[in-house]
Amino acid sequence: MPDLRELYQEVILDHYKRPRNCRRPADANLHADGFNPLCGDKVTIFMRLEDGIIRDIAFEGSGCAISTASASMMTESLKGKSEAEVAQIFSHFHDLVTGKTASDNDNSGLGKLEVFAGVREYPVRVKCATLAWHTMRAALAGVKDTVATE
Amino acid sequence: MKTAGEKQGTFDVQKIRGDFPALRQKVYGKPLVYLDNAATTQKPQAVIDALVAFYTHDCANIHRGVHLLSERATKAYEDSRTRIKHFIHAGDEREIIFVRGATEGINLVAQSFARPRLQAGDEILISAFEHHSNIVPWQIICQERGAHLRIIPMNLQGELLLEEYEALLNPSTRLVAIAHVSNALGTVNPVRRIIDLAHQRDIPVLVDGAQAVPHAKVDVAQLDCDFYTFSGHKMYGPTGVGVLYGKAQLLEEMPPYQGGGDMISSVTFEKTIYNRLPYKFEAGTPNIAAGIALGAAIDYLQEIGMERIAAYEHELLEYATEAFSHLSGVRLIGTAREKAGVISFVVEGVHPHDVGTILDQDGIAIRTGHHCAQPVMDFFNVPATARASLSFYNTREEIDALVAGIRKVTEVFS
Repeated sequence: MPDLRELYQEVILDHYKRPRNCRRPADANLHADGFNPLCGDKVTIFMRLEDGIIRDIAFEGSGCAISTASASMMTESLKGKSEAEVAQIFSHFHDLVTGKTASDNDNSGLGKLEVFAGVREYPVRVKCATLAWHTMRAALAGVKDTVATE
Repeated sequence: MKTAGEKQGTFDVQKIRGDFPALRQKVYGKPLVYLDNAATTQKPQAVIDALVAFYTHDCANIHRGVHLLSERATKAYEDSRTRIKHFIHAGDEREIIFVRGATEGINLVAQSFARPRLQAGDEILISAFEHHSNIVPWQIICQERGAHLRIIPMNLQGELLLEEYEALLNPSTRLVAIAHVSNALGTVNPVRRIIDLAHQRDIPVLVDGAQAVPHAKVDVAQLDCDFYTFSGHKMYGPTGVGVLYGKAQLLEEMPPYQGGGDMISSVTFEKTIYNRLPYKFEAGTPNIAAGIALGAAIDYLQEIGMERIAAYEHELLEYATEAFSHLSGVRLIGTAREKAGVISFVVEGVHPHDVGTILDQDGIAIRTGHHCAQPVMDFFNVPATARASLSFYNTREEIDALVAGIRKVTEVFS
């Protein structure tokens, strides 16, 4: 049986209760909306991309602890990163939460984001953890339609 | 907590639990506490046996074969129709149409009854707490015909405002479609009154009874509803079968919903003569096994008695409501005076999805989300709720486990 504390780690609860970068930057030049019809989670990702570098990234929305903390921690980890780096982090994060990489693999460079390894034990929650990330990718790609996880 | 073997009132819930094999299992090493009965109910052994018996001994197509197996299958299927007729107090087997579920029942009425009658500017009236299945079929035909979908408002307890309802009824109203019991809030609607008010103006009424039929005696003759529909799987029967009751006179006037086998009496390339009721609305080979097993579910329910079921579930709801009132930071969504066994709630500062995951770890199965009633969530200004929905096989001990689980949720998020 998976341990609840593995899923609801302190750092995740902290980002849920006090989300970072939860705002709407006036100078954002990219944004996209994401929606998880299963639980009604909504997120909008805002970014300021200059010369291929994410100068600012923020989000707004309402969601569960996993999706809110994931959005919050994503914004912290992607600020200042290049598009190529973002693609790599996305891929590592996705593998982590879907269980494609071992949770004790510390070569992925995910750092604090490793706390989401517990999500793999809860298949229905993977979509919560990845909603902000898919939405971020859509914003980078200039997708206009709402991204749905279903 | 009471001891496990103790009877609750005169209702031997432990004996009843013994009839449901799924309830004996453990999840994550804990006894299953199944409180998602508004989504679907578990099945008694009698229903499972009926499915197995059909496929083991009587598997044949119905209404056509001359051989013995087909005769047996046809008889069992039609016997089931008769049981359904008695169960809801309909007057005639011709008024009992087998469908896939309540959703198909509503779509059938939308397409075959309402659509041909609907003109630009006409109105269809539904309530503020309908399930998506009693919203979308009407939206589809209203959009096509230039008609309008009007909404009966509710108060903060989740009760319909009957005065507003009466004011909404007008010469352009072609149909009222209303839930007997709200799946998201548990509100029991005063359907008899709603039907009377509509009938005073010659407006027909469809009642979505999916959440009512499993929990209380339903009498379509007494209600005088024009259509009444419900799903088998929410009343201890199999998935894939449901019932549409319709007044024979209306069903006679309606064109078929789907074309195919069984719904015809003769076909040439020039002209097809439709079969008589109820077969006119039953195109194609139906879910025969499920239809027969639904009859077994009805036998099972009637053996216990719908009055006793309603009384026990009401007592359990009161026990749960009282227990919830001692939980701080928990808000009930839906507090109607007349309520069925649905407890929709939100825990302050915790998303319902997280509530559901934490409860699941203790073996407690509830529903979280919008319950296919997004307009209800918007009305109460919540993205979603957690919902525990009761059956007569649930116990006070299970309510205690739910309450303890919610305390744990609060602890994890404290």
